[in-house]
Amino acid sequence: MRRILALLLLAAGPVLVLGVLFVLPVTGMVAEGFVADGRFAPGAVLDVLARPRVHRVAWFTVWTSGVATVLSVVLGLPAAYALHRLALPGRAAVRAALLVPFVLPTVVVGVAFRQLLGEGGPLGALGLDGTPAAIVAGLVFFNVAVVVRTVGVAWESLDPRPGQAAAALGASPWQVLRTVTLPALRPAIVGAASIVFLFCATAFGIVLTLGGVRHATVETEIYLLTTTVFDLQAAAALSVLQIVVVVGLLALAARLRAVPDPTAQRTVTPVRAVRRSDAAVVAATGAVLAAMLVPVLTLVLGSLRVDGGWGLGNYRALSSTGDNQALLAPVTSALATSLRTAVDATWMALLVGVLVATIVTRRSHSRAERRVRSTLDGFFMLPLGVSAVTLGFGFLITLDRPPLDLRDSPLLVPMAQALVALPLVVRTLTPVLGGIDDRQRQAAASLGASPWRTLLTVDLPVTWKPMLAASGFAFAASLGEFGATSFLARDDSPTLPVVIFRLLGHPGAMNYGMALAASVVLAAATATAMLLVERLRVPGVGAF
Amino acid sequence: MHAPVRALTATLAALTLSSCSLMGGSDPAEPSSSASDGTTGGTSGGTVVLATHESFHLPKKLVREFEEESGYTLEVRAAGDAGTLATKLSLTADNPIADAAFGIDNTFASRPLGEGAFASFSPTTTPPDEYALADGGDRLVPIDSASVCVNVDTDWFDREGLEPPQTLDDLTDPAYADLLVTPGASTSSPGMAFFLATVAQYGDDWPDYWTDLMANGAEVVDGWEDAYYGDFTAGAENGTRPIVVSYDSSPAFTVTDGRTTTAALLDTCFRQVEYAGVLAGADNPDGAEALIDWMLGDEVQSALPESMYVFPVMPGATVPDDWAEFAPQPTSPFEVAPDEIAANREQWLTEWTDVVSR
Repeated sequence: MRRILALLLLAAGPVLVLGVLFVLPVTGMVAEGFVADGRFAPGAVLDVLARPRVHRVAWFTVWTSGVATVLSVVLGLPAAYALHRLALPGRAAVRAALLVPFVLPTVVVGVAFRQLLGEGGPLGALGLDGTPAAIVAGLVFFNVAVVVRTVGVAWESLDPRPGQAAAALGASPWQVLRTVTLPALRPAIVGAASIVFLFCATAFGIVLTLGGVRHATVETEIYLLTTTVFDLQAAAALSVLQIVVVVGLLALAARLRAVPDPTAQRTVTPVRAVRRSDAAVVAATGAVLAAMLVPVLTLVLGSLRVDGGWGLGNYRALSSTGDNQALLAPVTSALATSLRTAVDATWMALLVGVLVATIVTRRSHSRAERRVRSTLDGFFMLPLGVSAVTLGFGFLITLDRPPLDLRDSPLLVPMAQALVALPLVVRTLTPVLGGIDDRQRQAAASLGASPWRTLLTVDLPVTWKPMLAASGFAFAASLGEFGATSFLARDDSPTLPVVIFRLLGHPGAMNYGMALAASVVLAAATATAMLLVERLRVPGVGAF
Repeated sequence: MHAPVRALTATLAALTLSSCSLMGGSDPAEPSSSASDGTTGGTSGGTVVLATHESFHLPKKLVREFEEESGYTLEVRAAGDAGTLATKLSLTADNPIADAAFGIDNTFASRPLGEGAFASFSPTTTPPDEYALADGGDRLVPIDSASVCVNVDTDWFDREGLEPPQTLDDLTDPAYADLLVTPGASTSSPGMAFFLATVAQYGDDWPDYWTDLMANGAEVVDGWEDAYYGDFTAGAENGTRPIVVSYDSSPAFTVTDGRTTTAALLDTCFRQVEYAGVLAGADNPDGAEALIDWMLGDEVQSALPESMYVFPVMPGATVPDDWAEFAPQPTSPFEVAPDEIAANREQWLTEWTDVVSR
């Protein structure tokens, strides 16, 4: 009992943060729908759930997200292995580049996809434009990086010796993978898959752009009902449905993640040279990369088109606000705003995320304790699965009075971005932290090490790289975040995605080209930042 | 073992430093509550906060002039689209997020008006009557207008030797099969305006018209940018559709060598008027009124076309040469009353979605 109390005390800080920034706003907004004419009237909300359209929308969301998740995992696993375990030349650059889709504004990617798939595009003959297949392709494009990164980080620190032992005993590579490697990676794979699913299920821009008006998901429907139709009851009904499904999914994921003995020996394994037997994996990785490169290449080429010819005019135009004042701010200053906000969001997400990951992975001594930890674990994933529209409007109506008068605070944007980045940090760190044998800590303690020293000598060496990976991840997620940012951002200091969206909103030969050029700048900045983060390697960590 | 510690400390220090500079630098402690300074004193001063949508933009020079002349500091909160703004104002009617709001158009006006978000107010200069709302004209003041019209790529039609369409009826003519692209009514504000044009023209028979339109190969996409930059022959690199739903001002942006390559069909237009108002319960109502008066003044009105791609409502304002020459405005655009829109929006959209998804 005392242990549980201590645990809850430790968790109080993060829980309070999430309570104020997430639970309160969402509850407030959902309550708007439940209260009609000043009275609590849940009947109307329940009626909405019986509408056939709601069923159609919910089913469509679940199956497209499910297919996209499976595809992301299947395509991401070989790449995770190749990029984190093999000494492939340029793998750091490729890993950094893989995060680029993550930050590209969905509108821009949507238009790029449509130029490929549309009637006049090179892939137009496939007739994919506006189909569910196009939506799934778009979702996979955005989410493969999540699998590569979360699983790759866990794979990197996985002890290769059990696999080698199995091989020495005559197991084929396939058997090693199936019986040794995959089971050890299960927490990471399930964690990555649940993040991807939540991202897909709440995807907004990409579904609208690629699906056209024919296909609605729960998220697009909530947006439509809230802002266009102002049917708050129906919006509340869908939000509740969304929350119920997400909670169910997280519970399932928690069960699947729990392995009988999560303790795998964690080391920092040096990458090994590429062998002939790796050909299939490397080829698969190459194919995934190529497929992801095509839309990006379309963007780059598009940004270099000027008046039917080629040139750098679009890039030059970015440095000022332009003659027609199409830009709110020069792209350089928007980029600076984006980077500063992302730094803030990153440290916030990292601070809370490390605490949460530590709390949920410590060894439980009773079933109740385990349950508390697992509930906390799921609780911090929730922000990914709940509509940004509901959350955004909820901010306005619940955080509007002292002592919680936050709606005008300049910190709201980084805080909202940190909420999105937090699950990424937690899911990257937990498989690794959970894999540390608690006996190592006990041994250190019994040899007289203080808790701090234990943390520094046992936990930190193993989690150092995952922490860098997690911060890079949070940074990229924050840079590319558009939903909450566009809702909360201020006019005097727009972020780069907001500027890009504005450029796309008006006719004019230059505007489209400039939007593409600004996207390329954003992508390049992200890739560079990721490369620098990857460089923050600690020499000598391998000696532990 | 010292290396990781040192590196970690350095990273944390760097992160902390850079973030401190952000929190200290980006927002020089200027909370909106200081607005009350201005109102209690009875003279002008303090901050006036404007809530608006993401397309809002005015030259910095004009804003500085306003601040110098009036003594107010203008703080603009621009985020989300027009529908988002309307929802925000409706939800926060009892505790407004700003002093004034700009960007509520005639398709969304009845919602915040109905929730009591606006206080009554009459500006010092009166805009022409033709833009006034029948219901709520005492609270919402017209600032600008932009008509959504079907646009055609005249160069494409010249090349093909085909006469461009003129009316909504023409769009269902097999001669123009597979040539139209429009943003969706459910997902896009110009898409909604085009839909309303068809409602005004065909009344309760609009579903038949849309059925014909779809049968004639019309493509419905998500947003204006998809339609214009993804499919329109004059806007996209490899667009295939020379007819697009856009604005009356769009032809002014396709000018090359002294002529425009596109045209707006002036018999297909629905006029969107954007309004401004003082929010009920505002901290600084005087500042809000001064702000709206300024927006009706000659400088802002004449800056509207280049800044926000819309036409001014005041007759004395000047528009750019390209606009005057290449972007004529419709003389009798289609109209649907805001109340009728509010009452039917949900049912129309449901039915419309069914028709175009068939």
